[in-house]
Amino acid sequence: MNTPSQPTNQLTTQPTNHPKDHLLTLYCRMVLIREFELRAINERRAGLIPGFIHSCVGQEATAVGACAALNADDAITSTHRGHGHLIAKGGDPKYMMAELAARSTGYCGGKGGSLHMADFDLGILGANGIVAGGIPMATGAALAFQMRGEDRVALAFFGDGAVNEGAFHEAANLAGLWKLPVIFFCENNLYGEGTPQSKQSPVADLAMRAEGYAFPGVIADGNDVLAVYEATQAAVNRARAGNGPTFIEGKTYRFRGHYEGDPMAYRSKEEMEAWRQRDPIPAFRRRLIADAAASEGELRAIEDEVQAALDEAVQFAAGSPAPDPESALEGVYGETHGGSVF
Amino acid sequence: MTREIAFSKALREAMAEEMRRDSSVFLMGEDVGVFGGVFGVSAGLYDEFGEERVRDTPISEQAIVGAGLGAALAGMRPIVEIMFGDFVTVAMDQVVNQAAKARYMSGGKAQVPLTIRITNGAPGSAAAQHSQSPEGWFMNVPGLKIAIPATPYDAKGLLKTAIRGEDPVLFFEHKMLYEVKGEVPEDDDYTVPFGQAAIRRKGTDATIVAVGGVLPKAMEAADLLAKSGISVEVVDPRTLVPLDTETLIESVKKTNRAIIIHEAHRRAGPGAEIAAILAEGAIGYLDAPIVRVATKNVPFPYNPELEDFILPGMGDIVEAVEGVVGYTL
Repeated sequence: MNTPSQPTNQLTTQPTNHPKDHLLTLYCRMVLIREFELRAINERRAGLIPGFIHSCVGQEATAVGACAALNADDAITSTHRGHGHLIAKGGDPKYMMAELAARSTGYCGGKGGSLHMADFDLGILGANGIVAGGIPMATGAALAFQMRGEDRVALAFFGDGAVNEGAFHEAANLAGLWKLPVIFFCENNLYGEGTPQSKQSPVADLAMRAEGYAFPGVIADGNDVLAVYEATQAAVNRARAGNGPTFIEGKTYRFRGHYEGDPMAYRSKEEMEAWRQRDPIPAFRRRLIADAAASEGELRAIEDEVQAALDEAVQFAAGSPAPDPESALEGVYGETHGGSVF
Repeated sequence: MTREIAFSKALREAMAEEMRRDSSVFLMGEDVGVFGGVFGVSAGLYDEFGEERVRDTPISEQAIVGAGLGAALAGMRPIVEIMFGDFVTVAMDQVVNQAAKARYMSGGKAQVPLTIRITNGAPGSAAAQHSQSPEGWFMNVPGLKIAIPATPYDAKGLLKTAIRGEDPVLFFEHKMLYEVKGEVPEDDDYTVPFGQAAIRRKGTDATIVAVGGVLPKAMEAADLLAKSGISVEVVDPRTLVPLDTETLIESVKKTNRAIIIHEAHRRAGPGAEIAAILAEGAIGYLDAPIVRVATKNVPFPYNPELEDFILPGMGDIVEAVEGVVGYTL
């Protein structure tokens, strides 16, 4: 029961089954996420970013593959490791970087930071500082879509640690019971903060948790963006058809610590190196070239575009004003009954 | 035109009328549908609106509040019910970390029109996990509004304000008020604004601030005290957040004495905050210490005599008022 499904070193999906612009978009988004994270880490060291960062380096394929299967008006909830989810759902790196830099131009006016970025126009209901905190919310958004008869779905991202929280189980039970159009997307990176999944759960394949709630649980290679996309597409189709939720477990790995500065004494160099060999971005790049789905020049052009966009994002953040201290008192309530804060 | 209806019927009317006028309003919670609510508050709503809009849920408070929040963020106006206030602890993350903060964390962008109806108060021998009045806990959480009606009129009017608002509201309903009757207008579309206290009885010698379910006791005590020549003003804050500090302070400036009564536990209960506000706003007018009459700082016992002993009773209120009126420096 505690032996995980073994990931392979080969991507098994076929790029040639997908339109070229789709493949290039997937590649672009993964590179954008990776490079955004590396910039953010550097800018934090340089002092532009005051708060902590939980980077998703290594987990780009789950964010991009899952969000590629969603429409613009579908909703997601994200996690403390959420930059990738936001970018994959269409978040603008400029406003994200400005938010990390705690500027007035950031997504939350400098009040949320990494853990709380949201853009309701893009269906991003928020990153979250509480493990599993967003799962009931995604379930509720799906309830709203179902009640209004809309052809929309909600997808909750969460990690392997969240599956041990009560919020997951309460939401999964409700969603299974009411056949809500929600996808429970578990990014299993094998560690809940600094403790391996094997010490947190009696089961290695978390997808089996779905069985108790009467909906399918599927395992996808979380480092293969097309595998994630195809699994999510199937789940989305199922949800849109009124057949209820799906649990997707994307097996993946975070290359960096739980947070920047994490000494990572809880895992071996060998393990990290083995997973680095399975880095989702070079693997996908090699496949695109090998299958003649894209040329070296096209991919280079994408990589250059990403760097230019991030140069602009960092400049935008650094050049943006800090919020007025008085703005700390605003935005607590929608209706203030005559006073800004009670 | 008015008529006398029970507190619970006033709440039911508020929900039914709001559900008729706005298709985004719906109710969900444990036993709210077919059962009609364990206190009968939602009786008949299931028949009128069906299982889609009057939803029986599993016993899953985190999912109830969390799904309500998610639905609110997605454009609905959910009313969710926590059957006993004690059970809100199970949903604490969704109330405190998620619903209360969603707007602020997003830089003011999130709309959270979520009404969380919560019963409070000791119904008699319900013991330590079915009797608490947890409203004070949430006064310490910015982002929540707290309504605590004491009359059928306010129950209906405040609930409508909560449902139509843009913020998460904890709406506390004292179990012993459900059968209390009071005048409610025939006009189906009045609301009661938040942040406006009601002066229930005018007086000159002392101000009683009565929070929620203790109002009937406070009024009775005031009647009794009037017979011995003590004129008591009774103020009902109606909402704890926002709190109508101006009306409270003005009343105390006039009477020069303040007694705060509530069924929440005494230590760090709503009375502690109200006392601090009165001290800040009217210390120079006070002729006696501000006094709190509240549930003693022990869990609720099962035995009826023990329970009576810890609850704020008529005798405690009368004694407290007489104490401050007779106080000499």
